[in-house]
Amino acid sequence: MSVNNILFDEPGPKARRRILIGTITTLIVFLAILILLLLEFAKKGQLEPERWLQFTDFYVWKFLGEGIWHTVKAATVAMLGVIPAGAILAMGRISERRIIRWLATAYIEAFRSTPMLLLVYIFVGVLPSFGFNPEVFWKLVIPIILGASAIMAEVFRAGILALPKGQSEAASALGLSHGQKMRLVIFPQALKLVIPALITQMVSVLKDTTLGYAASYPELLKSAANLTTYTGYLIQTYLVIALLYVATNFALSKFAHWLEEKLNGPNHPQIKVGGKVVV
Amino acid sequence: MNNLAVFGFAIATTLALTGIGFLGSMVIGGLIAVFRVSPIKPLQIFGGIYVEIFRNMPMLCLLMIMVFGLPDMGITLPLFWCAAITMMLLGGSFAAEALRSGINSVSVGNAEAARAIGLSFSQSLRYVILPQAATAMVQPLVTVLIGQLMGSSLAATISVHELTYETQLYNLNNAGGLTIFAIASVFYITVSLSFGWLGARLENKIRMAR
Repeated sequence: MSVNNILFDEPGPKARRRILIGTITTLIVFLAILILLLLEFAKKGQLEPERWLQFTDFYVWKFLGEGIWHTVKAATVAMLGVIPAGAILAMGRISERRIIRWLATAYIEAFRSTPMLLLVYIFVGVLPSFGFNPEVFWKLVIPIILGASAIMAEVFRAGILALPKGQSEAASALGLSHGQKMRLVIFPQALKLVIPALITQMVSVLKDTTLGYAASYPELLKSAANLTTYTGYLIQTYLVIALLYVATNFALSKFAHWLEEKLNGPNHPQIKVGGKVVV
Repeated sequence: MNNLAVFGFAIATTLALTGIGFLGSMVIGGLIAVFRVSPIKPLQIFGGIYVEIFRNMPMLCLLMIMVFGLPDMGITLPLFWCAAITMMLLGGSFAAEALRSGINSVSVGNAEAARAIGLSFSQSLRYVILPQAATAMVQPLVTVLIGQLMGSSLAATISVHELTYETQLYNLNNAGGLTIFAIASVFYITVSLSFGWLGARLENKIRMAR
C-alpha cells in the first residue's frame, strides 16, 4: 500500500487503538447495511428459491450459453480487426509524410470521440438504405472495430513513445530508413511493451459488445433480456449476467497485470492513454 | 424550427447527463479514494471491491439493472436518473483510480519531509501532496469526463431524449440519412476536444516545477 506510506507514518499505540475502533465500527455498519439489503430483498419476494434456481436449469444455461458464444465471437472478431487497424493507424500517426500523419490523426481524434452507439445506429439505420446491409453481426462488429481501433492506435503510439530514444537514434545512425527503423527496431519492441495493454483493451471491447442489445444481435446481454421476457425474473437474471461480465473482465485485467510483470519486468515503462495507465 | 427546439433540448440533456454524471463520479470517486487510502482495513477492502466491480461492468448491463431490475424492488426512478446514476456509479470507479494514482505520483520522500518539518496531516495534504498530485490528476479526470459524454449516449437505449436518441429518431422519421448523424458526431467530437483542450490549459496552469 504505497499510498498509505505517502499519507501516514507507522501508527503508534494510540493510533493503533483508534484504527481498531474504526475497523470494528465499520464492520458493524457494513453488516447492518448488508442485513437491511437482504431483508429488503426478502420483503419484496426477490429471494424466493425458484427465482434463483432457474440458474440450475440446463435449458436456461443452454440459452445463455448461445449468448455467451455470440459475445465471444463478436469480441474475438472485433479484436482481430482492432489490433492490425490500431497498429496501422499508430504508424500513420508518426509517419514522415505529413498527409498520412494528418489523416491518421484526424481519424483517431474523430473516432475516439464519437459514441460507439451512434456508429451502431448508422450501420443499423442508415447504411442499409445506401445498399450496405450485412448480417446483424457485422452491424455490431464493424462499429466496434472503427471505434476501438482509434483507442488501440493510441495504445500502440504510447508503446512506441515509451521506448528509450536511443533505440531510434541508434537505428538512424546505422543508416536505416524510417520504414526500416519502424519495422526492424521500434515496432517489435513496442509490441512487446503493449501486449498486456492489448488484453486490457479486450476488456473494453468485451464491454462494447453489449451494444448488441441496441443492434438486436443476440449476445449475452440481449439473450438475458430475451430470457427475462419469458421468466420475468428481472433482478436475478441481470445480477447474474453482471457478475459474469465483471468476473470475466476482472480475470482478464489480472491476467494483463501478471503478463506485464512477466514480460516487461517490475520497472516496465507505463503505457498511458489520456493520462490513464492502461494496464 | 420545431426540430431546432427538439435538438436543442437533446443537446441540453446530453450535456446535463455528462455534467451530473461527472459531478457524481467525482463525489463517489473522492469517497472511494479516501476509503482506499484510509488506515481502516474494511474500508480499504470495500473501496477495492467497488472499483473492481464498477470498472469491469458494461454500462448497458448496469443500466438494465436500474431500469428493469429496480422496479421489481419497488424502486422506480425516472429514466433520466437511471442513466445519470448508472454513469455516476461507473464513473466513480474510474475517478477513484485517477485520484489515487495522482496521490501515488507524489514521491514518498516529499510526504515524509512534510511530516518531518512538523506539518499536520491536513497541512501536508494541503501544502505538499495535493498541489503536486493535482497536476497528475487532471488528464485522467478529463478522460473520465469525456467517458461520461460518450456514456451519456447509451441513455438512448432507454429512450432518454438525448442527442443520440433524437438523432436516430430523426433518421427513422425523415430521410435524414448520414447528414444528421454527421452533425451529431461533430457535436460529440467538438465537445470532447474542448474538454481535452480545457484540461490541458488547466494542467499547465497548476503545474509546478519539480
